[in-house]
Amino acid sequence: MSLTASAGIEVEGLVREFKNGPRAVDGIELQVAPGEIYGFLGPNGAGKSTTVLMLTTLLPPTAGTARVAGYDILRDGPAVRGSIGAALQEAALDPLLTARDHMRLQTTLQGLPKKSRRARGDELIERVGLNDAADRKVGGYSGGMKRRLDLALALVHKPRVLFLDEPTTGLDPSSRADLWAEVSRLAREDGVTVFLTTQYLEEADVLADRVGIIDAGKIVAEGTPESLKAEIGRPSVEATPVERSDREAVADVLSRFGGVVPSPPGSAAVRLQSGEDLVSVVRALDAADLRVADLQLHQPSLDDVFLAKTGRKLDPVTEKPEEVAV
Amino acid sequence: MSGLASQSYEMARRSILQTLRQPAMVLPPVLFPLILMGINVGGLAAATKIPGFPPVDSYLDFAIAFPFIQGSLFASINAGSAVARDVETGFLNRLALTPMQRSALLLGNLSGVMFVALLSSFIYLAVGFAAGLHFEAGPYGVVVMVLMGLLIALAFASLGSFIGLRTGSGEAVQGVFPLFFVFLFLSSSSLPRNVIEQDWFRTIATYNPVSYLFEGLRSLVIFGWQGKELALGFGIAGLIAVIGVWGSASALRTRLART
Repeated sequence: MSLTASAGIEVEGLVREFKNGPRAVDGIELQVAPGEIYGFLGPNGAGKSTTVLMLTTLLPPTAGTARVAGYDILRDGPAVRGSIGAALQEAALDPLLTARDHMRLQTTLQGLPKKSRRARGDELIERVGLNDAADRKVGGYSGGMKRRLDLALALVHKPRVLFLDEPTTGLDPSSRADLWAEVSRLAREDGVTVFLTTQYLEEADVLADRVGIIDAGKIVAEGTPESLKAEIGRPSVEATPVERSDREAVADVLSRFGGVVPSPPGSAAVRLQSGEDLVSVVRALDAADLRVADLQLHQPSLDDVFLAKTGRKLDPVTEKPEEVAV
Repeated sequence: MSGLASQSYEMARRSILQTLRQPAMVLPPVLFPLILMGINVGGLAAATKIPGFPPVDSYLDFAIAFPFIQGSLFASINAGSAVARDVETGFLNRLALTPMQRSALLLGNLSGVMFVALLSSFIYLAVGFAAGLHFEAGPYGVVVMVLMGLLIALAFASLGSFIGLRTGSGEAVQGVFPLFFVFLFLSSSSLPRNVIEQDWFRTIATYNPVSYLFEGLRSLVIFGWQGKELALGFGIAGLIAVIGVWGSASALRTRLART
């Protein structure tokens, strides 16, 4: 099925350069099939939000093109906007308005017939579980409630494609799970295509049908979470010696069991060869009279994929914020 | 209602709700100008005896124009801060993703500000009449004063909107406030230009367009129907409004750039 005639997303060589800055997005290519949840994973500053701004027509690309829901983002801006819903990085809500006020405004601006505005607003408020708070000012909402309202507002006009830019950043685990359930339901039951950016590996793993990993503006890996992890192959062992000076000796012992993989300072790690296991590693360390403070067996995760592809771990806390100035 | 009308109506409703739900945005534009007028009426009562001062029953006839202009300045800050907040919070991006017409945002925001200005005008006049205000131009003069007050509010609010949209910063809007006040006080706000003794002050007040806004408003109270003063008042307020709305529309076009 041609993506251009469907509710999918097709991106070709998309580039965005900011004045006097690096390329925030550097020639990315990707395709998202209709009804698919695509997880766009990367640290802050990787180019995720800039990509979303371009795909939602809010920021013109420097080069390249994209089709969203069958429409060209450069030539068919209004048609793209009519087909998409978006909850951008910050829940852009007016703290002085209630959820119902927001719905009234959004349904009007989206051009819904006057008779159906109230009903559609109430339906969405109910769906995201904000009935009890619908007449309270949004300024008093928790982060999770704001995100749920943000999502509901993005759905007012029944979009075929939904962009969610880090929808769960800052949410507690319970609110995060609620939002995941709703996004999943939208894709499975309503057939909405979801383009979701995240810096949480777990989110991409749980929610996304396919994952694209972006780093420094480039897509460094793409596939289903399972296929990406399978690329990494066997588990790895990471050992942290009690004495920092023993690190080299520990690394020597570990190297007998597999190829060295990147590890945090003070630790050593290897990807286990076929036939080797953790018990053998423990015996070898004991035989060498090396004491370790921490010994971990890692099954391959998206974090390992990120590490293998970029040479560093995905750490949302220490990454620099992304420049998305328009 | 057409698309533009219903969109503008909803944006105006939002603007009014924003204002009414923040007492700090309602009380200052109403109370501070009245307090300042009260202080001036008490403290400058003797000014009416200065040779050349227009024929008034009391200094109140001269001072009633002051709250209209000062209230408009507050309106400009409210309008500018509201739109800057929309830029800062990303609310403008939410609006940009809808088929909303740009003019609806501007019309809505400015209508909301003018609604508050209208309510304020009624309060200023009610307090004035309770204190013995008398209009030489009669009841129609009251209507014309309210209309001119609304045009002045539109003029300053559109300037506030322009600054808010251009800078996207509430702090920048607040920072311009003192500059507006300089224009307010270096005008014929407290004394008629012909009785200002200091040459430099009189010269600045003569070139300061705000003087003509005061003189247009107070001419209805003190002299009745004066064509020149009214034409200058409406003309200058209209000109500022045109510049402000044009600037705001232009800044909004940049802010709401979509492909």
